[in-house]
Amino acid sequence: MTNYSKLPAILLLEDGTVYHGKAAGKIGTTTGEICFNTGTTGYQEIFTDPSYHGQIMVTTNAHIGNYGIADDESESDQIQIAGLVCKNYSVNYSRQLADSSIQTYFEKGNLVGISDIDTRSLVRHIRNKGAMNAIISSELLDVAELKKRLDSVPSMAGLELSSVVTAKEPYYYGDEHAPLRLAILDLGIKRNILRNFDARKVYAKVFPAKTTFAEMEAWGADGYFVSNGPGDPAAMDYALETVKAILASDKPLFGICLGHQLLALAHGIRTVKMFNGHRGINHPVKNIIENRCEITSQNHGFGVVAEDVEKSDKVEITHVNLNDQSIEGIRVKGKKAFSVQYHPESSPGPHDSRYLFDEFVQLMESSKPVLVS
Amino acid sequence: MPRNTSINSVLIIGSGPIVIGQACEFDYSGSQAALSLKEEGIEVSIINSNPATIMTDNVIADHVYLLPLTCESIEQILQEQQIDAVLPTMGGQTALNLCIEASERGLWEKYNVQVIGVDVAAIEKTENREEFRKLMVDIGIGVAKSQIANSFLEGKEAAQQIGFPLVIRPSYTLGGTGGGFVHKKEEFEAALSRGLQASPTHEVLVEQAVLGWKEFELELLRDNADNVIIICTIENFDPMGVHTGDSITVAPGMTLSDRCYQEMRNQAIKMMRAIGNFAGGCNVQFSVNPENEDIIAIEINPRVSRSSALASKATGYPIAKIASKLAIGYNLDEIQNQITKTTSAYFEPTLDYVIVKVPRWNFAKFKGANRELGLQMKSVGEVMAIGRTFIEALQKACQSLETGRHGLGADGKQLRNLEEIMHSLEHPSSDRLFHIKDAFELGVPLESIRKATNIDKWFLTQIQELVTLETELRRYQLNNIPKDFFITLKQKGYSDTQIAWLLGNVSEDDVYNRRRELGIRRVYKMVDTCAAEFPAHTPYYYSTFEEENESVASDKKKIIVLGSGPNRIGQGIEFDYSCVHGLLAAKQAGYESIMVNCNPETVSTDFNMADKLYFEPVYWEHVREIIELEKPEGVIVQLGGQTALKMAELLESNGIKIIGTSFQNMDLAEDRGRFSDLLKSLDIPYPKYGVAESAEEALEVAKKVGYPVLVRPSYVLGGERMSIVINDDELETAVVKLLRNLPGNRVLIDHFLDRAEEAESDSICDGEDVHIIGMMEHIEPAGIHSGDSSAVLPPFSLSENVKRKMEEYTIKLAKALNVCGLLNIQFAIKDEKVYVIEANPRASRTVPFIAKAYDVPYVNIATKVMLGANKLKDFTIERKLKGYAIKEPIFSFDKFPDVDKQLGPEMKSTGEAIRFIKDLDDPFFREMYAKKSMYLSK
Repeated sequence: MTNYSKLPAILLLEDGTVYHGKAAGKIGTTTGEICFNTGTTGYQEIFTDPSYHGQIMVTTNAHIGNYGIADDESESDQIQIAGLVCKNYSVNYSRQLADSSIQTYFEKGNLVGISDIDTRSLVRHIRNKGAMNAIISSELLDVAELKKRLDSVPSMAGLELSSVVTAKEPYYYGDEHAPLRLAILDLGIKRNILRNFDARKVYAKVFPAKTTFAEMEAWGADGYFVSNGPGDPAAMDYALETVKAILASDKPLFGICLGHQLLALAHGIRTVKMFNGHRGINHPVKNIIENRCEITSQNHGFGVVAEDVEKSDKVEITHVNLNDQSIEGIRVKGKKAFSVQYHPESSPGPHDSRYLFDEFVQLMESSKPVLVS
Repeated sequence: MPRNTSINSVLIIGSGPIVIGQACEFDYSGSQAALSLKEEGIEVSIINSNPATIMTDNVIADHVYLLPLTCESIEQILQEQQIDAVLPTMGGQTALNLCIEASERGLWEKYNVQVIGVDVAAIEKTENREEFRKLMVDIGIGVAKSQIANSFLEGKEAAQQIGFPLVIRPSYTLGGTGGGFVHKKEEFEAALSRGLQASPTHEVLVEQAVLGWKEFELELLRDNADNVIIICTIENFDPMGVHTGDSITVAPGMTLSDRCYQEMRNQAIKMMRAIGNFAGGCNVQFSVNPENEDIIAIEINPRVSRSSALASKATGYPIAKIASKLAIGYNLDEIQNQITKTTSAYFEPTLDYVIVKVPRWNFAKFKGANRELGLQMKSVGEVMAIGRTFIEALQKACQSLETGRHGLGADGKQLRNLEEIMHSLEHPSSDRLFHIKDAFELGVPLESIRKATNIDKWFLTQIQELVTLETELRRYQLNNIPKDFFITLKQKGYSDTQIAWLLGNVSEDDVYNRRRELGIRRVYKMVDTCAAEFPAHTPYYYSTFEEENESVASDKKKIIVLGSGPNRIGQGIEFDYSCVHGLLAAKQAGYESIMVNCNPETVSTDFNMADKLYFEPVYWEHVREIIELEKPEGVIVQLGGQTALKMAELLESNGIKIIGTSFQNMDLAEDRGRFSDLLKSLDIPYPKYGVAESAEEALEVAKKVGYPVLVRPSYVLGGERMSIVINDDELETAVVKLLRNLPGNRVLIDHFLDRAEEAESDSICDGEDVHIIGMMEHIEPAGIHSGDSSAVLPPFSLSENVKRKMEEYTIKLAKALNVCGLLNIQFAIKDEKVYVIEANPRASRTVPFIAKAYDVPYVNIATKVMLGANKLKDFTIERKLKGYAIKEPIFSFDKFPDVDKQLGPEMKSTGEAIRFIKDLDDPFFREMYAKKSMYLSK
């Protein structure tokens, strides 16, 4: 199939900007908040990352789909993004370890996309105008009609989405005879976080988002983990309660992304919707405690308010972003709790920050009561 | 850590003359390093024997030493300058080797010089294959299975363990001599004996050949705090088995999953950390088994390389510039991103376009050479192209090559013989890429092509799609191609010429005009390191066909300088030198200077040199659209060699102003007949000549002009296909061959002035005055191409009368040709009579040499003159040469052991060195001069 023979499709932004392209994936219509990711590898991990739930993803890499889809490289059981916008959509792939093409995968996963878009101009547009909602359609080519539908899509601000993507029932991950037990609050966890704990001999029980601390505590864990996830942290009172209770228990606590924002909220630090989020696998972060830099994988549209963190006497800054000086990591003074805004489990992205898992596991080990026999 | 304040004066070692495998990429890195250090207030000294480099210019360094790259020269510099540190990582393997030699001799210690940018003690680990293998095993990195063998028996045992195919690498031989692939058991014994014999220590490494595995390169930077970043991932289109310098390469990686890539990234970082504690750049090569994605390390180079020059141009991240800052103590997080100026230099560039590099070979110059690509690099240059799709970049690269192609096929030059095509696919040489397309056109199944080439299927499907598009296009006529489809074709990189050829009966201009009617024009996108995530300010652009144009033409008065394209024999770094000076001079004269070029190795494509850089093919269709957008005052064509000059006629016929000498006058100098008439009217002697269109005519001409005669096609570069013949038989053979290879061409036949002396002059003319830049006398007699001759500045044996004549003719011709700018004239001298052989109204190969030897910025002056900004009388020119300067040609014959090394009218050298001598008693000169009589006796 050449480009030319593909069906037409339309991308309409909330501000009225229209892009014409070609249909990719399933024929249909989809809506969501539009955002862009600048990674040159890892599209499958992005599509399946629950933190992207409900978002229309613009991939800036010139080609998407080249190496197909490998079933065991997903970050969750399903496609999480709401739509894909790309430049070159490759239905052909060459990877021998792949299981299917991106097109087959999208058709099966009901994902609507649009290709042959000047994604660079689109990114420049979003970069200047900020995050906004958008609609893609390969079945309806009437802009006025699409506009009507787009108007009914809610803004991401104030939206609670974790309860949509979280596990329906608790489940276990890893070796039950492992020396350490970790209770995880699943707000939309990426599978590679679980793989990382498993690789460090940690047995995890994953709890649905709205589980109370009491239920989690009953399992008898050596530490707690608050996961990443989609939506506005300020709209998640239930999770905030749980985090506060974990803190009160004085057990080790580690938060990633949304988990980081909740840890901040628990200390009276505000969160804010960013003009443009950080999404990519090349974001520079400095660990200011150890004076060392790491290239990080990031995916967040909300952030913690820097001046609140600076003023806080309860937490201290551990990591900062070298591009915009935003807060990337904090730890709670006098507690065994820390969190980072970025994704140390990466996938996709560099493995520079995996040491955080080691540090947390050590923290759990050292806090484990010594059994006297 | 901030800058190390104990370093106030740094010596940078250059890479010497251009040879295959070490070209002008090191002029780029050396220049960047020098500027980067000067920016920090550091005094920079440079040693390099290559005069045609920007790095050896006074605008770049504080102290320039145009000396042979030897320890003696190093010691001289250390005595004359207070050097605190030496940076040996910018000048390729040559510089590293010299640094090690100086270190072994204790020079650095003696003069208290710190070696920065590399850990000398660790270099051995990267150079010695066995040490490297051991190190990799120690740190848990996969390597190809291998075994050292010191005897025939050990070798056979090793082969049994490793299996076929395998590689035999003799120890301690240069450039892979005596080594090679062994595909079958039957070939092994002979190959093993050959390898053992080639090694001075009677030792070979028998190594598993990972033929057909995917090949990748990563470019890394590390600072003193041990922070490491990957600047670029380059994927080889040609799989393992073809030297990476001879491979078509692509960035970013096109077929790598994140899982496999991150594993490779981890390994690369581990490897860099294992080769000593240093701050600087490093290149790592990997091979990936496509079946299971096992990764093995191929090699690591602790220095900037050809690939890092490519990576810098590909990403916009100036590796050499930043590596230099790291070498003097800065950490990455203390430096700004040089493109965005707001974000950090500690980050990994990301691309929203695709770059393709295609090497440029010059096999025609090396008759008898084995043209099959393998372990040893054979290309002499390269082009890079940028597009928003892989195939667009690939076709643009084909348009950049200047091999007479207009893209990937679809130009009437396809091969139709299936057997030849399949042979070419299995035995990679310079045109395999084109033959892949030809194979698809003949209907060869993708799987058969994949099996023959081992090229990744994804790349092949991209090429296959072109065939589908072409079939579809043939259904239309120019006036009914749907706009949408027309745009698709252009987005896939088709040139107007290709589309015209596919449609038949229409011209390039017809296609061009039609698409303009439809409003299909190029837009320009910025190379910004960050895929548009942050605003950027560096004016570095490439073209594509999309919606938004980011290159806004200013209302300043502008000049476009056309570059010289890929390096090749006869047109190399000298022309880039002139282009860079042209840019700088135009800026000084108040113009916005705009560069168009496609050679990633060069200084001219450094986005800090011009006010605006278009990284585009120097190909008419691309050039014309840039001109339309920018609307410059004019275009400079006389600095970029034949590449730029060739464009003059089209510029002229499209009403675009050529800066300096007019097209008519350039054409007059090229047209043998009219030029000879001019010489006659000026009373200037010239060898008798004639023009022939057939062998019969040639014989008649030869009778008239008298043997020996020089035979050549009209319009040639570097003496291509020239020969000297002495009788009818030889002439007939030569002419028949010429006309067969270049049908429709005319053959020029000159009487050859046997045993004549050769000399040349370079001059600048402003329309009123003529200034002779310099005159050089060749040591070898006439008959050896001027580019291959050793030449002496100023003449050493010509009589006053001869020199006066040369001056007189130069002035007469400059005025008669209405030269505005540069003029080079070649003379032959016999029996005190001076003949003019040819005149080239452009920057010559010798201009940079003379500028260096006399220490006068001649190209700067010439550019200001051609712009009309100055007259010659505005300049006070003071030559600083004491004694003589000798230009010594350098050859790369070691890469082509089977090639005839005898010199003749066809140029074969790849580079040149400069040597200053006080007087004619100098032993170096005496030796050279003694060789002259050898030539005369031939």
